[in-house]
Amino acid sequence: MPINKVVESFEAAVADIPDGASIMIGGFGGAGGQPTRLMLALRDQGAKDLTIIGNVAGISATTYYGWREGPDDPKPVDQGMFFASGQARKIICSFPVPGTTNPLSEIEKAWRDGSAEVDIVPQGTLIERIRAAGAGIPAFYTPTGVGTPVAEGKEHREFGDRSYLLEHALSADYAFIRAQKADTHGNLQYVGTSRAFSPAMATAAKVTIAEVDQVVDPAGPDGIDAERVGTIGAYVNRIVQRVPGDPYP
Amino acid sequence: MTPTLGKDPAPRLSRTDIARRAALDLPDGGIVNLGIGIPALCSDLLPEGVELRYQAENGILGFSDMHTKLDGDPNVMDAGGNFPKLVPGMAFFDSVESFNLIRGGHIDVTVLGGLQVSGKGDLANWMIPKRGIGSIGGGMDLAANARRVIVAMEHTTRDNKPKIVNECTFPLTAPGCVDEIITDIAVIRVNEGRMVLMEAAPGWAPEHVQALTEPELAVSDTFTVFRTSKS
Repeated sequence: MPINKVVESFEAAVADIPDGASIMIGGFGGAGGQPTRLMLALRDQGAKDLTIIGNVAGISATTYYGWREGPDDPKPVDQGMFFASGQARKIICSFPVPGTTNPLSEIEKAWRDGSAEVDIVPQGTLIERIRAAGAGIPAFYTPTGVGTPVAEGKEHREFGDRSYLLEHALSADYAFIRAQKADTHGNLQYVGTSRAFSPAMATAAKVTIAEVDQVVDPAGPDGIDAERVGTIGAYVNRIVQRVPGDPYP
Repeated sequence: MTPTLGKDPAPRLSRTDIARRAALDLPDGGIVNLGIGIPALCSDLLPEGVELRYQAENGILGFSDMHTKLDGDPNVMDAGGNFPKLVPGMAFFDSVESFNLIRGGHIDVTVLGGLQVSGKGDLANWMIPKRGIGSIGGGMDLAANARRVIVAMEHTTRDNKPKIVNECTFPLTAPGCVDEIITDIAVIRVNEGRMVLMEAAPGWAPEHVQALTEPELAVSDTFTVFRTSKS
């Protein structure tokens, strides 16, 4: 039977996500690379007690970070939606709040009222923890964070004349990632800076769901050149194609 | 209002002036990561003939000019959330590769903002304790692992308290990482845990800078007024 990982709708792609699930959200922060339609579908699906794992998290809605501000551009949406809706109880990220507190972001509101836990991880440590999980490496040493609050309670070890921290792999139940093109086998092609956290997250979750602009037949004229595969289909479980002309980038 | 500012011997320099001075210390041909705030201003203020390769955490190397926020492509972004124009020689990569560059020591210079710097070169720049929450982003990786760390910031807080202190009271970004501090009144090098005053703003003598700096400053043999061109 031919391999076909395409799911017919965003609603169907997230339907089985249970309460208490951990969800990686790909991209960097900002519109490019954000799996916006998967996020909105999960918000509408209503699963609760979620742990969200992302990088720059929830600052676009209040600052337009990484979003265009043209007259025809939609208002930004970001990971803050799961805190506004009361669905998330925790976020693991590197950049949870913008410099300004006026207005307060949804994540900072939830943190201030005690409804959400915020685990702030240096960005290089966060991506390496995710990479490690996908690569079968349980833990690794990094120099980043030594001598800071990040190091508290962690094993230290000297290599040469430098001190390093032991950091553990980070996996998740689901990864939502965003690419521009998929073939039915799940091979993905990215453009520009939209890749960011997505390729590593694709390897680190039990179920990886890709939101893409275009799905192609691997044997067809638009099939992805094997030289240009950004994430290999082995990591991708479900693919959903966006509606052409979607106002969200 | 900051009445003590009346005691200043001469005007302090602008944020643009700080960035222009920091830009003088970026090595021609180098790989450079600029933090947000004053550091980001450096890219427009490079001395003529200097060409750099800017890297940003989100996975881009070799960008320069920006689109406005009204146009541009959200799929071509820098770590500040702006939209660089496509230029020849640019490269895109994922976050694993981006932090191979940073953690692996492949960034020649990073210019970062600062809330506090200690006499030993400790940097605190990610959280104000009163707020209780802050954003680390790529700052800890850059501060700990770039080959050279320049901090570009105002010399004092808004109420004229020193930001260059004996011990940081704010949570650290990285200990002992700062090589040079460029402020609106001084250029200070950190040499083996000792602070050396290299330059001061026009009209500022070393004792004026010292009065707004907690750690003891040694005055360099080559002490001069703020340089405006490469030495």
